[in-house]
Amino acid sequence: MKNVLTIAMREFKVYFSSPIAYIVLAMFAAIFGYFFSTGLAYFAQFSAQAAMQGGGMGMPPLNINQFVVAPSLGNMTIVLLFLTPMITMRLFAEEKRSGTIELLLTSPVKDYEIIAGKWLGAMLLFCAMLLVAAANLSILFFYTTPDWRPMLVALLGLVLMGGAMIAAGAFLSTLTKNQIVAGALTFGFLLLLWVLNWATSFSNSTLSEICEFLALSPHFEQFSKGVIELKDVAYYVSAIALGLFLSKRSLESLRWRA
Amino acid sequence: MIKVEGVTKRYGPATAVKNVSFNVERGEIVGFLGPNGAGKTTTMRILTGFLPPTEGTAAVGGYDVQKDPIEVKKRIGYLPETPPLYPEMEVVDYLRFVARLKGIEAGVIERRIDSAIERTAVGGVKDKLIGKLSKGYRQRVGLAQALIHGPDVLVLDEPTSGLDPKQIIEVRELIRSLAGEHTIILSTHILSEVSSTCGRVIIINEGRIEANDTPQNLTAQLQGAQALQLEIDGPEDEVLRRLRDVPGVNAVSCENGGGRLICRVEAEKDADIPRRLAETVVNLGWGLYAMQSLGLSLEDIFLKLTAHDEAPAGGEAAAEPETAEPAAAPAGEESE
Ligand SMILES: Nc1ncnc2c1ncn2[C@@H]1O[C@H](COP(=O)(O)OP(=O)(O)OP(=O)(O)O)[C@@H](O)[C@H]1O
Ligand SMILES: [Mg+2]
Repeated sequence: MKNVLTIAMREFKVYFSSPIAYIVLAMFAAIFGYFFSTGLAYFAQFSAQAAMQGGGMGMPPLNINQFVVAPSLGNMTIVLLFLTPMITMRLFAEEKRSGTIELLLTSPVKDYEIIAGKWLGAMLLFCAMLLVAAANLSILFFYTTPDWRPMLVALLGLVLMGGAMIAAGAFLSTLTKNQIVAGALTFGFLLLLWVLNWATSFSNSTLSEICEFLALSPHFEQFSKGVIELKDVAYYVSAIALGLFLSKRSLESLRWRA
Repeated sequence: MIKVEGVTKRYGPATAVKNVSFNVERGEIVGFLGPNGAGKTTTMRILTGFLPPTEGTAAVGGYDVQKDPIEVKKRIGYLPETPPLYPEMEVVDYLRFVARLKGIEAGVIERRIDSAIERTAVGGVKDKLIGKLSKGYRQRVGLAQALIHGPDVLVLDEPTSGLDPKQIIEVRELIRSLAGEHTIILSTHILSEVSSTCGRVIIINEGRIEANDTPQNLTAQLQGAQALQLEIDGPEDEVLRRLRDVPGVNAVSCENGGGRLICRVEAEKDADIPRRLAETVVNLGWGLYAMQSLGLSLEDIFLKLTAHDEAPAGGEAAAEPETAEPAAAPAGEESE
């Protein structure tokens, strides 16, 4: 565990000594800020209208969670499609290129500790990104009394989804010495997972059901509504496990091929 | 301390290291000598657990590299051919990271960092980004990294490459100063480095060990002879013939240099030879302007050993197909 943290902390710090962390955080903040503020403006306008028109009709007040929080976090999932490859592309590719992998692989650490450390380091940056979103959301508490539980659930969903995406990216980064190639592979792969469920709107065969199950985003839907479903958690957790397992395998085979 | 037995490493069809075996005792400094592509780096990578051998076993401090990799890695400090440095880290941060990775206890980490910095004289740059260091300093930080956990065994792949002459001397001194407490294997192309730092030389060529002995023994044994250079004023054919006739002389070659003949004489190790040569020359009325002993250097031996595989293509041909042995063997059987 100590080794995992050592590797993770180095990884996390290194993001901040290159522009990557700042680019990723700034992009996330800007885009989330945009979704959030427009959502908020829309909500304000809409609830004002609702109050004027149907004042006494007994309609329940509009739910800010449903109108602002869920959609703006939901929109962010597509942004992550672009940001995660930037986070993961360097993880192993850079070590292979510069030869520092030789230090890791000849130090008294286990392969899985290296993988877990790398993954965790990337996750820390990912969570820093979510903190930006959380900071935005916390503004709501000054003005209204939104329900904090669905927010937390949605954030948890993002963490799980990010974990799966980062695990995939980490694996793809073990395959090459070239960061750009690793990034492009990751983006392509995530995009594929993303569009898988588009097919489901056209047909109802078992194939499309499978596609729907494999697709990345449908599993986030329930989270964004504040509902934790076991099958969604299981999907993300097993995706993380699979990604890390494949990375480990790839690292081992690197030794044989190197 | 180090035991390598029958190690073979294949990269696909190519064999980088062929059936290599050697031992290194505690406290020894052993030099790995060989031309480019000889298999030095490959052997070291196998020892450090970076690469698994295709065949054979390697053990460090009694632990098998394959079965107890973690125990082996704890005992080895390794400086790869390209120092494994993170350019975006500061020297001290980097060493702290390595120290943690090597499992040094939190309480002594700072002390270890200080002593590694002191030994490799990188104190002046310890707060600099590694990416901004000169090649020589990078090499030193690489060395500091290898030393930091006070390993029993140091494996240094070309530790003096890219250093200026002054630094080379410093690093050699550093290596010698480490000798007592550490067992050291280093690789190099530079022969003087081996004779000046190593107690033993392993000459490796095309993946095979050609020699394994002390530098002194190697020089003596492979010579078994002496070489002399004479500067003579006389007719070339005659000189050649007469010198060859001198008892104890094995070979003579002459070339013209500034109107005189520069002759290289290889002869048996016999103190009398120079006198006999001088007598012969003088008695025939030629001028003898100079005579000096050449003494076969490690350089000569090295060239002899490593050339001897390629030159006598006829005699040594049998050794060549061994490279492709696994593929060639069945084919050979069929044809017979
Ligand atoms: N990853 C690899 N894949 C395929 N062949 C390799 C690989 N690494 C090394 N080789 C081959 O193995 C042989 C030995 O290489 P090695 O790097 O061990 O030589 P070396 O003695 O360290 O040479 P140098 O003095 O140039 O560093 C070479 O023929 C090389 O081409
Ligand atoms: Mg080498």
